[in-house]
Order: sequence, then structure tokens, then C-alpha cells
Amino acid sequence: MNASDTSASLLSVRGLVKTFPGVRALDGVDFDLLPGEVHALVGENGAGKSTLMHALAGVHQPDSGKIILRGQPVAFADPHAASRMGISVVFQELSLSENLSVAENIFANRQPVGPLNLVDWGSLYAQTRGLLDLFEMRVDPREMVYNLSAAQRQVVEILKALSVQPSVLILDEPTSSLTARESEILFGNVHRLKTQGVSCIYITHHLSEIFHLADRVTVLRDGRHVITCPVAGVSEEDLVRRMVGRELADMYGSRATPIGEECLRVESAGREGVFSDISFALCGGEILGLAGLAGAGRTEFARGLFGAEPLDTGRIHLDGQPVRIRGPHDAIRHHMAYLTEDRKGQGLFLGMTVRDNCVAPSLSCFATPRGLMDERAMTDFAEYHRVQFNIATPSTRQRVGNLSGGNQQKVLLAMWMGVKPRVLIVDEPTRGVDVGARSDIYHRLRELASTGVGILLISSDLPEILGLSDRVLVMRNGRLAGEFTRDQATEENIIACASGLAAPTSQATGVSS
Amino acid sequence: MEQTLHPKSPLIAKLERITSFREFMILYIIVLSVIGIAYAVPAFLDQANLSAILLAFSDQAIIAIGMTLLMVSGGFDLSVGSVVALSGAVTAIWLQRGVPVPAAIALGLGVGALIGLINGLVIAEIGINPFITTLGMMSLARGMLMVVSNGQNISGLPSSFTVIGQGSLLGIQYPIWISLALVVAGDFLLRKSRFFRQNYYLGGNEKAAILSGIPVKRLKVFNYVLTGLLAALAGVIITARLGSASTTAGKGLELRVISAVIIGGASLKGGVGTIAGSFLGALLLAIIVSAINLLGVELNWIDFVLGATLLLAVMADTFSSKKTE
Repeated sequence: MNASDTSASLLSVRGLVKTFPGVRALDGVDFDLLPGEVHALVGENGAGKSTLMHALAGVHQPDSGKIILRGQPVAFADPHAASRMGISVVFQELSLSENLSVAENIFANRQPVGPLNLVDWGSLYAQTRGLLDLFEMRVDPREMVYNLSAAQRQVVEILKALSVQPSVLILDEPTSSLTARESEILFGNVHRLKTQGVSCIYITHHLSEIFHLADRVTVLRDGRHVITCPVAGVSEEDLVRRMVGRELADMYGSRATPIGEECLRVESAGREGVFSDISFALCGGEILGLAGLAGAGRTEFARGLFGAEPLDTGRIHLDGQPVRIRGPHDAIRHHMAYLTEDRKGQGLFLGMTVRDNCVAPSLSCFATPRGLMDERAMTDFAEYHRVQFNIATPSTRQRVGNLSGGNQQKVLLAMWMGVKPRVLIVDEPTRGVDVGARSDIYHRLRELASTGVGILLISSDLPEILGLSDRVLVMRNGRLAGEFTRDQATEENIIACASGLAAPTSQATGVSS
Repeated sequence: MEQTLHPKSPLIAKLERITSFREFMILYIIVLSVIGIAYAVPAFLDQANLSAILLAFSDQAIIAIGMTLLMVSGGFDLSVGSVVALSGAVTAIWLQRGVPVPAAIALGLGVGALIGLINGLVIAEIGINPFITTLGMMSLARGMLMVVSNGQNISGLPSSFTVIGQGSLLGIQYPIWISLALVVAGDFLLRKSRFFRQNYYLGGNEKAAILSGIPVKRLKVFNYVLTGLLAALAGVIITARLGSASTTAGKGLELRVISAVIIGGASLKGGVGTIAGSFLGALLLAIIVSAINLLGVELNWIDFVLGATLLLAVMADTFSSKKTE
């Protein structure tokens, strides 16, 4: 399509520029969305995807450039204006009110009303039920949002965006908290919306998703448009190269040193009603994958192992010695580290500096014998890891909340280096992290393993599990459901095991949805 | 982000960092108001007036140390005003019964520490929020005071006790020395010591602090005990200074101190604040009260002006932090 021709497009963007103090987030971006297409938007964190989306949704006002909707130039003063024009956004940061019901969230401020402007509850619940059925979600419209899982909340968020019957739906990493099954349903619905003439802009880090979902893909890098092309014509490697602007050598790396002695042994660990009878051993230098569906109890088990929540049963041995872990401080004293899956909520101190975050679990290592903090040692430590982890920040005095997701994740990992871990538990270490930072994190995990650290890798990202693990454990309904060596482990095997279906034979094509 | 665009020399960057501290902002305002007030009313700078200001605010400064600790860690304490009165009364009652001065003081301080312990255990172990817990304790402690004192002020205290509040060294009264020493020590510890620094982590993100192995419950209990103890100390000093324990001592003090701490840069959300900032916040409020007195403004305006000061400080802060983000 000609760059200046916008007649065929539903929504066009020409020469969009948006600057924030110190950064040119969008630098003359062009973008076209055709009627009824699903258009994937990819790029590393900081490439400008979110800024472009915010400009289209009326959250940010561009400094210059045009937004053209159905052939007319438009300017959105606020998100409400964009929504009235038929542009609806599913934000990555959930925007739900926890203390309201599902129905009231979906129809926030647009509840159907009867006489005297009173809410027509019957119609509200009926309409909500219709939307919930669309997503095969068996939840009562009266259910309070605080009772929902993260995945269910995401669905509610999507339904909220759909309830205004938009002509353009923007989805910002919608699958980051969905299970494989829920993602499939989402994809199905995106297809259904498409047949109804709704165009979608689909922002994602999971490149594999776009190939069976999107029609075209646009790559942004450093606030500039790199390429737009049909997905049929590109490979995942092409896209990655365009996104990072360089070749990424072997994403997952490979084992550099042999696996050592056993460093962690867990015997029949359990907690009433959550998980039970978990037994396994982890060796120094080994990366042990722990796969399973959301809700299988993996995070709960990891927290139990680390002492963040009590274990009802079970014994833990570290380097052959039985240990009692009554709280995270005990685990840390035994050189265990746990990277939570909830980076912002439970992992980092967002209002504090990179430096102060880096030393949080190991404060006593940075104190003089009199109990005073050694500022120099703290700064040196943070600086060292800033370089080691390739953390993009102007200084270690920067507040962590100002960093991108990938850099925050690196800080979270750096933070646990101070405890000199023997056993490192990482829970979803690359959730919401762009491909460049992900590659950095994988390399650090490999390096740690090669120094003899035993790593328990909890992840819902199967390529990550398969790419890094020496062995894979699968959890289902709170129990260990299977164990696979590196050679046995395939996506089909693991999905079958995690979902409780019979393991497919070698000819089978895996699990159909 | 700005740094990447305009590289600065390290010295200038360091200077900017130091002078951008909240404490400097308040210091500027204090200096400006002192100059302004002194110009209008030269008597403001008389030593008698200055030491009256410092004396009146010394007990607030002592309590502000504990309150800062609590607010940095994400809590706060409404019961300090009542603890001031109760501890003063307990000390006075035992003095009247002829108990030696150190023992009577210890009993007064013990009551404050005990109330802090109860606050801390209810908040940390049972998980009731600090507002409700300390609101209840505020009323409970005031009520206990009315019972033990029978609603009467207690006076006729020995001079070996009142000297603590009335004596002076180098022309400066003991209460001022005590509060300055505690503020300097407290500020140093909260900035430098590993133990006290844990409060910033606790207030910054409690869940992350737990996972980082910080003994969150113990820390909370400690903070409330220390705050109770400091409030009790202020109560003992006020009693010694006035020569009697009053049933209305410390009324409204909790809100005055919380205002000072917030003006000093702390936030109800936790994670930020320094004792030096709180000290300066308290000093600013004390100067304003003194100025109202000296300028002959009707005293009824005091609460109005203090409230306006708090709101202006918080609004200025919100405005400037929005601009930098």
C-alpha cells in the first residue's frame, strides 16, 4: 500500500511523534489497519508499541502526526472520546474494581437503567451472562472480582472492552495471564470478531501466537516503523531479527558444565488442599523445569519450599543435610533464593532505587560489624550487577518503578545474587519480558547453573521449559504427574501430562482443543 | 532519563541531588519565614522567644521520631497523645506516693512501652489495621488516664523531678537538649543502620519484604513499642516542665505530629521519609504558631493556618512529583 494512501484503511496513522522527557517514544510512525483484519504489533519493550496504543486510545496526545479514522482525521482528548468513536482497549494492567461484581465491572458506568435511572439488574446480569457465554466462562455475573483468578479477571477485562461493541479492538498482551486453554478461546473469539467486521490490533511478546491469529504484522523498533507484512511471508526468526536489530545467537544456550552432586531433596511435601506428596531431587548445576497448568499448585509449592507459606508435611534436605525452613529468612540463610512470579506485587520495591532493591534480601551482607550500612559496598554491588545483567538504566539510583518490565525482571534476578544461592527457584522468570531481555536472562541462568547453582524453573512458557531444562517435572492438581528427561520432553508430552489426558502416541498430533 | 540527554559534571549532579532533598525544601521555607517574621516582629529573634519555640516543640520532635519510623514502615499511631498524658500521670502519681524519681519515670515509660506493645501485637499478629487499632487505643488510654487520675490534675511534684523539664545547660533547657540528641541519633540510625533501614523495605512493599527475609512482624512490634516509649518520654518531660500532670495533656498532639511528619516528606503509603525531615516539619509548624502569637493574630486562627500549611505542603509535593515523572 502506498504510504500516503489511507482510503482503504479503517484506521491510519501518519508520522506520529510523541516525546516524553528524555525519550522520543514515537518517532514518525506510520500504521494502517484494514477493515476486518487482525494486525499484530510487535517490538521490544520501549519500541513504542504501548505509546502507539495509548495514542490511539486517547490516553496520550501525540505531539505531531495524524490519526485518520474512516477517512476522517480525528483527535482524542481522552479515552472516553476514543471509545465513543469505536476504539476499545484491553489494557495490560488490569483496570477492574475488585469490590464490584463481574457484571458491574463489565458495564462500568454504562449499566442498563430502567425508570428513575435505577440500574436494571435483570438486564445487566442477562447481558453479562451473554458475554460470559461467549468466552465459555462459567462464572456468576454477580461474583465479586476479588474472588476471580488472574486469568478470569483478564477475560472480564476483555469482555469489558467488547461490551461497547467497538469497531477497533486493541489487545495489549492479552494472553500473558491466560492458560493455554483460555488463550485458545480468546483466539477463537478474535476470529469470531473478525468475521463480524471488528478489526483487532494485537500486541504480544509471544511471536508464535501471531502466526495462527494475525493477518499482518508490524514491527516497531526504537519508536520507528520497521516493516509491515503479511504473516504468511515471514518467519519467527525474521521478526526477532527485525525487532532487536541484531542477530540473537541461540536464545536458550546450552549446558557448559556437567551436572554435579544433589543439592536439594524434597520428600513428600504437602499442604492441606493445595498440593501433596511432592518428592524430587535437584542437583547442583541442573536446571529442573516444573511445568503445569495455571492452578496446578506450582507457585504454592515453591512458596512452601521457600517458607513463605507453611508446609504441612514433608522434609527438605540441602546438600544432604536435613533443614527446617520456618520462613524466608531461614531459606535465605541456607542460600536459597525465590524469584516470585509477581514481580511488581511481591518481588520489587518499585518506589526504591535499583541499588536499594539489589541489596534487599541480603542487607546483613552489606552491614558493618556495628550494624551500619556500607553505602560503598551497596553501590559497588549494584553497579557490578547492572553491568553483568545488562540492566538498561541511567544509574543505579533510578527508581525501579521507572524501568521497563524486562529491566525490572533483571533487577529481581540481580537482587537474589546477594544471597549467593545454592538453590535458585525462578517462577515465570520472563513473563511480560521482551525478547532481548529474555535472552539476557536465559544466559544468566545458564551461567549460574555452570557455577553449580541448582535451578528450579517454574514456567508456563513451554518453549522456555524445553529450551532450558535438563529434566522436566509436571504438576497437575497439586501432585507430580510426570517426569521427563530432556530427550523425552516434547510440548505434546508435557501438555498431555499437565492436562491429564493420555500421553499421545508418537503419531498423534497432540492435544486438540 | 534526563541524565542521558544532558550529561552533567559529577559535582553538580551531586550538589543537585543533595539540594533536591525534601529537607532542603523545608529548610528554605523555614529560613524564608524566619526572615519574614523577624522583619515584621523583631522580637521574634529574642532568645526568650526562640527558646520558648524550641521548648514547646521539643516534645513533638521526640514523638515525631517514632511516628516517622512508623510512617516509613507503612503504619502510624493515633494513640501517642493519650500515651503522653497517661504516662505523665502515672509518673506523677507514683512520685506523689514517694517513689524515687528514676523508678517513677521508669513506671511512666513502662506504661508507654506496654501500650506500644499491645498496639504492635494487635496490628502485626492479629492483622487489624493501624488506624482502627490505634484509634481504639487513643480512647482507651485517655479513658484509663481519667480513671487513675480521677479526672484531676496532679501537681506538687518534687523539684528533683521537675528539674528535668525546667533545668538548663548553657542557657538551653534540658528538654531541648534531650530532643535534639534523640533526633540526631534517630536520623543517623534510620539512614545508616541495617536494622532501621528495613523499615523502608517494609513500607515500600510488605509482601516483597517478607520474601526478602525481613522479619516483618517483629519489626512492626518493635516500631510501636519504640513509639509508645518515646511518647511516654515526652509525657514525662512535659509533666516535669509544667510541674503537674494534666488530664488534657497531649490532646490533638497525634494529628499535629502526623502533620509534621508528612510535611517532612513521609507518606501515608509508606516507604519514604526521614527523621530530619519530620524534625524540620515540626519546627516549621512551631514557628508558624509562634508567629501567629507575635503578630497579634487572634489565636483562633492557629488550627486554620496549621491545616492550610499541611494541605499546601502536600499539594506542592504532589505537583512537583507529577512533573518529574
